[in-house]
Amino acid sequence: MLQFLSRRLLSTIPVLLIVAVLVFLVLRLTPGDPAAVLAGDAASTEQIAQIRKSLGLDKSVPEQFLIWFGRMLTGDLGESYYYKTEVTTLIGQRLEPTLSLALITITIAVLVAVPLGVMAAWRFGSWLDRALMSFSVLGFSIPVFVLAYMLIWLVSLKLGWLPVQGYKPIAEGVGAWLYQLILPSITLSVIYIALIARVTRASVLDTLGEDYIRTARAKGLPEAKVLMRHALANAAVPIITVIGIGIALLIGGVVVTESVYAIPGLGRLTVDAVLARDFPTIQGVILFFSVVYVLINLLVDLSYVFFDPRIRY
Amino acid sequence: MTAPPSTPPEEPTALESLSVESATIVSQAGVWQRVRRNTSVRIGGLILLMLVLVALAAPWLGTVDPSLFDPVSRDLLPGATGEITTLDGDTLEHRFIMGSDSFGRDVYSRVIYGTRVSLIVGIATALVAVAFGVLLGLLAGFIRWLDGPLMRFMDGLMAIPAILIAIALVAMWRGTLTTVIVAIAIPEIPRVTRLVRSMVLTIREEPYVEAAVSMGTPTPLIMWRHILPNTVAPLIVQGTFICASGILVEAILSFLGVGLPPDVPTWGNVMAEGRVQFIQYPHNIFFPGVFLAVTVLAVNILGDGLRDTLDPKMARRG
Repeated sequence: MLQFLSRRLLSTIPVLLIVAVLVFLVLRLTPGDPAAVLAGDAASTEQIAQIRKSLGLDKSVPEQFLIWFGRMLTGDLGESYYYKTEVTTLIGQRLEPTLSLALITITIAVLVAVPLGVMAAWRFGSWLDRALMSFSVLGFSIPVFVLAYMLIWLVSLKLGWLPVQGYKPIAEGVGAWLYQLILPSITLSVIYIALIARVTRASVLDTLGEDYIRTARAKGLPEAKVLMRHALANAAVPIITVIGIGIALLIGGVVVTESVYAIPGLGRLTVDAVLARDFPTIQGVILFFSVVYVLINLLVDLSYVFFDPRIRY
Repeated sequence: MTAPPSTPPEEPTALESLSVESATIVSQAGVWQRVRRNTSVRIGGLILLMLVLVALAAPWLGTVDPSLFDPVSRDLLPGATGEITTLDGDTLEHRFIMGSDSFGRDVYSRVIYGTRVSLIVGIATALVAVAFGVLLGLLAGFIRWLDGPLMRFMDGLMAIPAILIAIALVAMWRGTLTTVIVAIAIPEIPRVTRLVRSMVLTIREEPYVEAAVSMGTPTPLIMWRHILPNTVAPLIVQGTFICASGILVEAILSFLGVGLPPDVPTWGNVMAEGRVQFIQYPHNIFFPGVFLAVTVLAVNILGDGLRDTLDPKMARRG
């Protein structure tokens, strides 16, 4: 187990290293001089050169990378060109809304998708199964922002049940916080539900064909117990895996959802930074999202031991 | 595909079990027939065909130049009649079927012309991603020393959420049709590469490839004649799904204001323009949104159908 753990941890290092190189290169080897952007239109050539020097942009690209990488390892992602604050501080400030949105979304998605998937597999070929499969294709196809506006129009404008936009920090009360986030979370959870429900269905369908299911039924176990204790428990690993992989979809969705619902989170920060050509912030945010994604999938791998005791590392 | 001992198409179960073993056994005619009979392929294909026709016939569908605007005709509701000024300065009476935006441009014309952009981006993204993925996958599968580094590189690329890569690339390059296509295609390449590489590694061990190798057939010829034909079916399926996500991501980029310039008629741009006034004039979001959702849905349905018929191995995975 320990050996596996260390091997698995070590294997994420090259991936993260390549992510770092890619993030650095993508934004540094592009046309457009950040120093000129920073200096503004009225700046003289000398002023621009001065800024270039202070940013370290006059050094060679490999040098720049090493400096940037070294700083990054100590948790220093540089200073935002636009906000004039540390990128790590900026990420810290914007973390709560995004984390809240993501957690509520995942909770909704799992609570809805897993039972639906199990039911669909249990009644394979029934109207419920077909409806779920159609819904999942639909869920994959409706763009998050189109869905967002449809829900705002229906739930907020026509019915007046929920606020149109905005965010309230959890410090102002859990009720207000949840009230603001419920619609964005539902919006974002649709594609995630489609994904998880599909995999749950396929995975449970596989286990329902196993001998131990027939045995469990034969010994008179209630059907609910057969489904939960035997079918779902044995189907857990693919479901957990897809929840982990789905985080990438979720991150993409967060960027769009936060823009539509005016939530001041990391997604909104990404778009604003891109529009302002704020290199350090873009690098920082992409790096942050990618590291989170890699680490979550590491956790997912490790959790297999918990969800499937047959797996021994 | 190599010479097929043709199986009668009346036995779909036998066909399917055979094709799981090896894609080469099914005759091309048999596969084509199965594809054509599939309901999903028919529905998705029909909707797409209609969209292609709309895109091609855009100038003759009662549209005006999508960039024309007239300040007098700002924020018209769907169905309203107003005026529009042509580039020659003539003022025409025009019926705004889908209303107009805050510049006084005809939303209907912009949505219809937007079909062109979406379809071009979707198809081109799929072609670019598949082309590079095939090339890199073949290289990784055949050149041992390249395999490790290349696949680690792909792992790294896959660890960055696709939309973030696309947003960053387009923002840095400035949005043109080419940069948008390339930026959306790049994050899709690793998946294609992985697929092709794994197929190469499997097929390479087949007796007929070993035979070709022992006869001294040059590697490029083996790739071309024995490996590539086997990857066609899964690549068509994969390409369809890439096309769907390409259309989606392009709309997202435009909507966020980091994609094609705002005057280009794309569905995302129409929605981006309409979002400020969404509460008063929801039609600017509604019409392009419906077109976008229906298009992506059609491509996804087509992809599902193709997967079920062309690639039963993948279909079983759900």
